[in-house]
Amino acid sequence: MSEKQSKFHGLLFLFFFIAGIIASVWVVVRNGWWMPELASDRETIDRIFITIFIIAGILFILSELTLSYFVLRYSGSPSRKAFYLPGSTKKEILWSILPGTLVVIILEISAEFLGGASMWGRIHGEVPKDAFLVEITGEQFAWSIRYPGSDGKFGRTDPKLISYENPLGIDITDENAKDDIVFPAGQGILYLPLNHPVVFLIRSKDVIHSPYLPNFRVKQDAVPGMTTRTWFIPKKEGEFELACAELCGLGHYRMKLPVVVKPMEEVQEWLSEQTPAVDLYY
Amino acid sequence: MKKTFFLTAITLLMTLQVVAQNATIKGVVKFKGEAPKPRLISMKADRQCDAIHGGKAVTAEDFVINQNGTLKWVFVYVKEGVKGKYNPPEEPVVLDQQGCWYHPHVFGIMVGQKLEIRNSDPLLHNVHSTPKKNKPFNIGQPVKGMKNIFTFTTPEVMVPFKCDVHPWMSAYAGVLDHPFYGVTNDKGEFEIKNLPPGTYTIEAWHEKLGTQTQSVTVKAGETKTIEFTFERKR
Repeated sequence: MSEKQSKFHGLLFLFFFIAGIIASVWVVVRNGWWMPELASDRETIDRIFITIFIIAGILFILSELTLSYFVLRYSGSPSRKAFYLPGSTKKEILWSILPGTLVVIILEISAEFLGGASMWGRIHGEVPKDAFLVEITGEQFAWSIRYPGSDGKFGRTDPKLISYENPLGIDITDENAKDDIVFPAGQGILYLPLNHPVVFLIRSKDVIHSPYLPNFRVKQDAVPGMTTRTWFIPKKEGEFELACAELCGLGHYRMKLPVVVKPMEEVQEWLSEQTPAVDLYY
Repeated sequence: MKKTFFLTAITLLMTLQVVAQNATIKGVVKFKGEAPKPRLISMKADRQCDAIHGGKAVTAEDFVINQNGTLKWVFVYVKEGVKGKYNPPEEPVVLDQQGCWYHPHVFGIMVGQKLEIRNSDPLLHNVHSTPKKNKPFNIGQPVKGMKNIFTFTTPEVMVPFKCDVHPWMSAYAGVLDHPFYGVTNDKGEFEIKNLPPGTYTIEAWHEKLGTQTQSVTVKAGETKTIEFTFERKR
């Protein structure tokens, strides 16, 4: 390869880097590919997301520019010969520790200064006593929803009782189960109260799913054999969507669930119109 | 000319006599006990369906108690006792998908009779039938106005229909090799006409409450009124 060709390839490298950045920014700005408007109390997530995005963005541009410079500056020339570079323990330690420290610094920034640690503690700590409970059960390829009813308690379930008629295997002999409100796969709505803590109890009947509510910055895996939990406070009234964020099979895209946020009184009214489990399973 | 007239008259007379000889079984299906709360179905999962209903929830048809305390959508048919062979009528039975809902919810059809499944919605439906004795089918109808014709080969009570796009959609067909069946209406009434005299086992099928049978003997030209009472098991 001649020196001229080599320089040209070096320039191409730089060109595609810059063109790629401009194209990506254009596509994102043009299609509005950004997080939807925040509708919950989780503004911490946005703060961490944007901070890390800026830090990582600056680092990405700097490192790519450095790489492009070196490719251009030291492009192949007939006068120079390739030489063998033996390993150097000192240098290797240096380039392991340096980026490692950087990652720890970013982590610390998000955890300590942006509220990441306290948010984690809040989500995984104790939930408010008067919280609004909803159970979400994933299956290929839909969500089943259960509200605890007026007693605020979920009734017992047993996998042995699961049938076409009783998709969650609810044991109707349990007093707590009688007023549970159940929506079989694909027929439910998440009706959530405004400005009130909402607790999701998340289960799965088959594989790993993940309820994802982009507007509320909520995402929590549904793991078979476990009940996972997350909680948040909806801050905006309106209609939203829940999607599955864990590729679970062919119908993954179909796992959509309508989410409605209304004041508490309206949610209670809506719940009182629904059919309790005792009128469905007998 | 005279001969033709004569023959026609005789045929007419004979037909009249046959009709006169045949019996009718009619009646109501009552419900006893505490009525379950009607189940509301929201179609918010599909915006187009929801828009057709103006964002309002639709009441499920799996357990419909009429105003007079009778049950709607009960399939009443002659289970045993029918002798002879009956040919299916020419006209098809129509199962319409309108407003992301099956119309009707419960119907009877004869073996070999055409079942015309229509999509009257401007959106995708799929008709997924899951019989045990007949051949199952699953066909997509993405465009408004699409029609598919199916026939059943074996009597089967009941054949379920569902739509995988809209999980709340459900319909049932009672497939029989004779025309002696009916479905209860808004007043809980049913009627089985043109039955030859004899003793029959009549069965009433309800989606949630199971089945009940009665033995009925009818004489020529008789109209017998029977009654079924379903109770909610607790």
